[in-house]
Amino acid sequence: MAEPPVRRRPRLGVFKFASCDGCQLTLLDCEDELLPLAAEIEIAHFVEASSDVQPGPYDLSLVEGSVSTPEHLERIRRIRAESRRLVTIGACATAGGVQALRNFADVAEFRATVYAKPDYIETLATSTPISAHVPVDFELRGCPIDRGQLIEVITAFLADRRPDIPDHSVCFACKRRGTTCLPVAHGIPCLGPVTHAGCGALCPAYGRGCYGCFGPSGSANMPAMIPLLRSDGMSDEDVLRFLHTFNVAKFAAIEPEREDP
Amino acid sequence: MTHRGSRVLHVGSLARVEGEGALHLSIDNGKVTAAQLKIYEPPRFFEAFLRGRRHTEPPDITSRICGICPVAYQMSACRAIEDVCGVTVDGQLAALRRLLYCGEWIESQTLHIYLLHAPDFLGYDSAVHLSRDRRADVERGLRLKQAGNAVLELLGGRSIHPVNVRVGGFHRTPTRAELRPLAAQLRRARDDAEETLRWVAGFDFPDAECDADLLALAAPDAYAIDTGTPTALRYGDGQKPRAFPVRDFTAHVVEEQVPYSTALQARLDGRRHLTGSLARYAISGHLLPHSVREAARAAGLDGVCRNPFRSIVVRAVEVLYAVEEALRLIGTYEPPPRPAVDVSPRAGTGHGATEAPRGTLYHRYVLDADGVVTDARLIPPTSQNQGAIEDDLRRIVQDRLRHGDATDAELTRLCERAIRNHDPCISCSAHFLDLTVERA
Repeated sequence: MAEPPVRRRPRLGVFKFASCDGCQLTLLDCEDELLPLAAEIEIAHFVEASSDVQPGPYDLSLVEGSVSTPEHLERIRRIRAESRRLVTIGACATAGGVQALRNFADVAEFRATVYAKPDYIETLATSTPISAHVPVDFELRGCPIDRGQLIEVITAFLADRRPDIPDHSVCFACKRRGTTCLPVAHGIPCLGPVTHAGCGALCPAYGRGCYGCFGPSGSANMPAMIPLLRSDGMSDEDVLRFLHTFNVAKFAAIEPEREDP
Repeated sequence: MTHRGSRVLHVGSLARVEGEGALHLSIDNGKVTAAQLKIYEPPRFFEAFLRGRRHTEPPDITSRICGICPVAYQMSACRAIEDVCGVTVDGQLAALRRLLYCGEWIESQTLHIYLLHAPDFLGYDSAVHLSRDRRADVERGLRLKQAGNAVLELLGGRSIHPVNVRVGGFHRTPTRAELRPLAAQLRRARDDAEETLRWVAGFDFPDAECDADLLALAAPDAYAIDTGTPTALRYGDGQKPRAFPVRDFTAHVVEEQVPYSTALQARLDGRRHLTGSLARYAISGHLLPHSVREAARAAGLDGVCRNPFRSIVVRAVEVLYAVEEALRLIGTYEPPPRPAVDVSPRAGTGHGATEAPRGTLYHRYVLDADGVVTDARLIPPTSQNQGAIEDDLRRIVQDRLRHGDATDAELTRLCERAIRNHDPCISCSAHFLDLTVERA
């Protein structure tokens, strides 16, 4: 009897740009799924986890981190060319990350703050999402990403379907979880109404207002959100800081023009 | 032979620690003339953009420096801010912080032991490769790591960049009932931690001795994790640790920039030093509970371990301790009256240091009277350890070359092992060397 044909396992690549490593670590945090997953796919490039580094092409590439050095520009194009599907994971890759705060400052001054001899340090003036440089098949949000959503993305792309990742706001998840609304009940400032769901509405469940680490939701209504934050006691500076942190470029892009007094 | 020119190496990171690096080795007639660890993690400028933020923000912002030890950043940041504001967090709130930190120690150290370090000793490229032959071992590691993550998820909301920590304490504290299932999981984890220690103790360890000075926090009555006084143990000094106040940290631990690496390198009183598991065990090992000390002795450790290859055994001891300590903290937990103490900002400078899994992590903040950060300074463990790592590389390669020439592939493997011994944060640790050898 003939042997059944050996099925070629899809090849996975995991790549890092400017980041904290937390999103790729999320893959290693899938303790129950890691070994079964490794049986279904070939982990061809994942330097955080394996010194067996295989050249492309890759069926699915997960890209963490933002583009922030001249070398990154060339590298992301190379990875894109070698990847059938490219999915960016986390706020750095999808929105430039917390380091995109530099986009609103003088990088030369930043560099001098940190390094005594800034000339050694090569960096771009901006930290930008991967999608600013190459086409991206899907963006998975979060700082960090959610483990369950990562598994959904990997299995969806390996099955050639779109991932089931809704882009509604954290409010939906809060209601589903049965958490009392913090702004309504306690006047606690909360970005839940404009923030992309995916974390499971963690912060409100811990009595803390959402701080927007998943970035804006699909239909974020900033002109309504900002007066709400002010009425919950935030100053203009606080509102700016609240929005300008882990997804600074994304929230800034949809903020309304500041009204003249 | 050399990759210089083909790669941009002088790109560094404020995170300074995890991330991508390279190694440059110069060998001249069988003599190692240079061993340089090049870290080219892109700069992220945390110290710069912390300026202008509120005093409540550094714990969340600095946790983004490292996805592998976010709690360490949150804890050092909280301590430093509370120091500025004249607030001490103690009692059950301090106990909960220590419990959260135990979760990170269990998770992070187990990750290094099983997923990054053990494959070196057993001749595999990764834990996934290892699992094909020794699945039960890898599954034990994943189970133990999961127990650490369970602590982080319950207390912090999630294991990476937990959301529940705030200056002054927590947003919400757990009930005793909520901790009960955690205790059950940790009791199973204790068996896994004991087995892990026996497992790694059976590995083959090359002879090596690191002659750097050792630096770790020390507390009067417990193995230092979340609090303690910086304490140095000089090489060749016998057992005479010298402590200095945390506010003097930057007077003793001085960072300098080297042209080939964007991570700053630090020295202790002008000498090469090492922080992390080996230093902690040397300085605080006698404070471990009797059962953990006995397990360490059975694993072949005595008072001070200076063989960096055996650091995996010391990490396993620390995981066992963290599991025991977590169980003790859960057993004595009483919910505090309030989840956090008030921290009113005031102008001043504050210092905070805690023991990240990889070693002492120091934060300093200057606040103005409104509680706005006007200056920030962070010294992570890996910038401190780089000098000792480079010295290890030089010595280990030199020892190897005394027994005849070696191929680049063999030297690369040896160097990668020498570096992983010190767990210089994750993406460095797994596969990160682009070895260049210059032979004259």
